[in-house]
Amino acid sequence: MDIKGIDKIIEKHGGVAGLLIQVLLEIQGENHWLPKEALERVSERLRVPMSRIQHIATFYKAFSLVPKGRHEVHVCTGTSCHVRGASRILDAVKDHTGIEPGETDVDSKFSVETVNCLGCCALGPLLVVNGKTHGRLSPAEASEVMKKYG
Amino acid sequence: MGIVTLTIDNREVKAEEGMTVLEAARGAGIEIPTLCWHEKLKPYTVCRICVVDVDARGWTSLDTACSRPVKEGLVVRTRSAKIDRIRKTILELLLAHAPDSPKLREYASEYGADRDRFEKDPSFCIDCGLCVRYCAEVKKKNAVGFVDRGIRREICFVPEVALRECNGCKECFPLCPTSYLQAAFVLVQALTAPAQPEKP
Repeated sequence: MDIKGIDKIIEKHGGVAGLLIQVLLEIQGENHWLPKEALERVSERLRVPMSRIQHIATFYKAFSLVPKGRHEVHVCTGTSCHVRGASRILDAVKDHTGIEPGETDVDSKFSVETVNCLGCCALGPLLVVNGKTHGRLSPAEASEVMKKYG
Repeated sequence: MGIVTLTIDNREVKAEEGMTVLEAARGAGIEIPTLCWHEKLKPYTVCRICVVDVDARGWTSLDTACSRPVKEGLVVRTRSAKIDRIRKTILELLLAHAPDSPKLREYASEYGADRDRFEKDPSFCIDCGLCVRYCAEVKKKNAVGFVDRGIRREICFVPEVALRECNGCKECFPLCPTSYLQAAFVLVQALTAPAQPEKP
């Protein structure tokens, strides 16, 4: 993502400092992470000090300051999914990707995160890949889902 | 500005409207302990050590003296068994993070806090925010800020700004109730301006 793309997002939000989180969310959405250059540009344009951006970007789990893999994998470990066997789904995902939650593999193919509830407990245990929800999975089915993404 | 009369520890105290209970008490020579309060900064109310018992026309509550505005007829108690117990617990929790902080130990001896009551978790920072707020509100440099949240929250210098501004200022150093701030600064200095390698 280049400076022009960032400027476009900032202009879309009118360059208002109060919409900092919206701007950051959009950059995160397009770029999958927040590079330092992008944050510096946002700081300059919105006139928000870097310390504040740093605070916000580390506060919310939606933001990432390190590059993410092409496929973002979320495994729900909330109470409902937990009792329905989320830990075994997570094991299947870990087996397939070879990484722990919070990590990205060396080929930047997968990033794995655990989440605490996605609000659709009836579908548990849940596996979300690139925003697509896969519910009521067995560990074997979870492996099948992961294979589709390589 | 009108003058209001309130009662602090059974003494009648006159204070200007708009003052806080803490300012009124200190003006009358009544000491209330504080950790995150600074005269040049807005009240932050995070350390809770200045908690006092406030009686406003029969409605009693515990409130932070550093943020509570004075009001006519307010009855404030700055010391009681209950308040001492609250302050003691706060100190014990903070001492688990910074067991050797001089200011904490001074208060600890006053309130009988046991610094070994809770398991040690030496983060050394008690998140009072004095450095962060002083840099933002007084110096307007924003060289230091908070990162992360909850139990992982800590202070962090912005290397580029710190490199430019901090060496000539360092006004936040004496504010820190622990010595974590200096350590964080030395760390960021080492990371941004590495010393020349020594000749073998």
